[in-house]
Amino acid sequence: MAVTAPAFETIDPPAPARKRRYTEDQVPIGKVLLRMLAGLIVLAIFVLPYTIMFFGSVKTKSQIRSVDPTYFPTEWHWENYIDMWSTPETPLPQNLISTIVISVFATLLVLLVAMPAAYYTARFLFPGRMVFLFLVIVTQMLQPAVLTSGLFRQFVALDLIDTWAAMILINAAFNLSFAVWIMHSFFAGIPKEVDEAAQIDGASRLTVLFKISLPLVWPGIVTAIVFTFVACWNEFAASLVILSTAGNQPLSVALTKFVGQYETSWQYVFGVSIVAIVPVVILFMLIEKRLVGGLTAGSVK
Amino acid sequence: MSTTSDASSTRAGAAESRPRPGGSPAEPGRPKKRGGRDLLHSLPWIGPALILIFGVVLYPAIVMFYNSTRDISISGIDKGSVGFDNYVEVFSFPYFWPIFGRTIVWVVVVVAVTVLISLGLAQILNKAFPGRRIVRLAVIIPWAASVVMTTMVVYYGLEPYFGIINKFLVDIGLVDTPEGYGWTRNPATAFAWSIVVAIFVSLPFTTYTILAGLQTVPGEVLEAAKMDGAGPVRTYWAVVLPQLRSALAVAVLINIINVFNSLPILKVMTGSIPGYDADTIMTMIFKYIQNQHKVDVASALSVVAFVIVIVIVAIYVRVVKPMKEV
Repeated sequence: MAVTAPAFETIDPPAPARKRRYTEDQVPIGKVLLRMLAGLIVLAIFVLPYTIMFFGSVKTKSQIRSVDPTYFPTEWHWENYIDMWSTPETPLPQNLISTIVISVFATLLVLLVAMPAAYYTARFLFPGRMVFLFLVIVTQMLQPAVLTSGLFRQFVALDLIDTWAAMILINAAFNLSFAVWIMHSFFAGIPKEVDEAAQIDGASRLTVLFKISLPLVWPGIVTAIVFTFVACWNEFAASLVILSTAGNQPLSVALTKFVGQYETSWQYVFGVSIVAIVPVVILFMLIEKRLVGGLTAGSVK
Repeated sequence: MSTTSDASSTRAGAAESRPRPGGSPAEPGRPKKRGGRDLLHSLPWIGPALILIFGVVLYPAIVMFYNSTRDISISGIDKGSVGFDNYVEVFSFPYFWPIFGRTIVWVVVVVAVTVLISLGLAQILNKAFPGRRIVRLAVIIPWAASVVMTTMVVYYGLEPYFGIINKFLVDIGLVDTPEGYGWTRNPATAFAWSIVVAIFVSLPFTTYTILAGLQTVPGEVLEAAKMDGAGPVRTYWAVVLPQLRSALAVAVLINIINVFNSLPILKVMTGSIPGYDADTIMTMIFKYIQNQHKVDVASALSVVAFVIVIVIVAIYVRVVKPMKEV
């Protein structure tokens, strides 16, 4: 990484710590084995619910609802991953499309709105700059859940209730502050001489932003994209109230309809869950190093 | 509000104390008259963000405050002002104070246990061992995965007869009959299991924040403590924990906000139990909106919740002083 924002230097864990421990400490083999055992237990606990999910997703309905269940599937019914899309409880293909559309457009909107704001506040002093950044911090602490009744009435009044547009706006607004924050700290990490040199060469402010700054803050942008996308993908509270038509609802809301049913098709719930969880887990793993910087940028010293 | 004045003092202090590498060329001794024009120049850049923040975060908050004093019919028609009647309805609801108390238990227990476990987890993940990276990646999973889906697998696991967790508890002898305990049928046990799930999904963020804090503990200081004959426990209490102060402050406050606002876990685990014996303020708001269609009363309770959140945020700004790093 060519440019690192100050806040992140202390946060990137592995390289130096690792070197120090291995070379200077010379940990005895017994201790290493003990650590591996502890690590293995942690690993087992954290993947357990998702392993249960996966095993459940390939069982038949009678297997998953049998009175004396088996821990492991005795037969592997991969066809569940096809059959689940036509379950009667909720139109799952539409729910998946809804999740994708809302998440993609909300993320795009966040990028479009947050990037210029982050760039400008990192590069220029102007009256109200601190007020703006303070506003960003405060909204970062607010979540849709606490404002749902207000959002509900507002979108009824705007005649946008039960539309994707409403959820795109809500997701974008509540994830905006985080994106501004993290991109701001990356932009602030670029020496201003880089910009000035380009401007002396006759580049416009927009050219500087797109040709010079963006490539340097790319890691920050990727982090912002992933965080926003995953947050939108999993959003629940506002969607629950704003989207009332089954076909408009995202997967997170649609799946709750299976709970408390007389005969829940758990194998389908889990199949859909696996499909919904795997991509975002991979996305999060890609930005592992910057996960913390993300939520706490500017606060962890 | 006191929040604003506190913050503005922090703000002013921060702006003066921090040398900014990225300032515009004209900024040292910035003439005051240019202020207005500078603000105007900034609008194309920060304007869209302002519109989104005001339009979809602050305006709904105002709508919510306004609606909390109105009489809104089930079909959504505003029938005029009722003063503080909605608040009276919120506070005179016989289950309100139990719900309020449960909310405090919910937040305090989840956050406290999460932080304690995370301190241990971070300690393990900070040690070098083969395969550490895989363990670290595994810890991320509940963070990225939908909380609804994680909760649903636990809900299924606790089902009588066929639930896998219930079967395991029967197999190891903790539960007597395969019928199980009716974990998700009984408000108290369903609430207790919700706490377990909430802790589980809060661990990744908390652990990673503490892990980041651990990187700031200088190796030499640890060496020095070792030389002075301090054992690992003593070193941890005297050297490591004080260094984790700011990381812990962030983790605790963000967790408080998240756990207070959390809806999906209780919605899935306790949502199908009749009555109000497993509700928190947040699930109660949604019961007013969805089951009773009382948006006005829901708004009043939301305002109460909003005020609680604002107080927490004020403490956050005070303790952590996030503007320092801007």
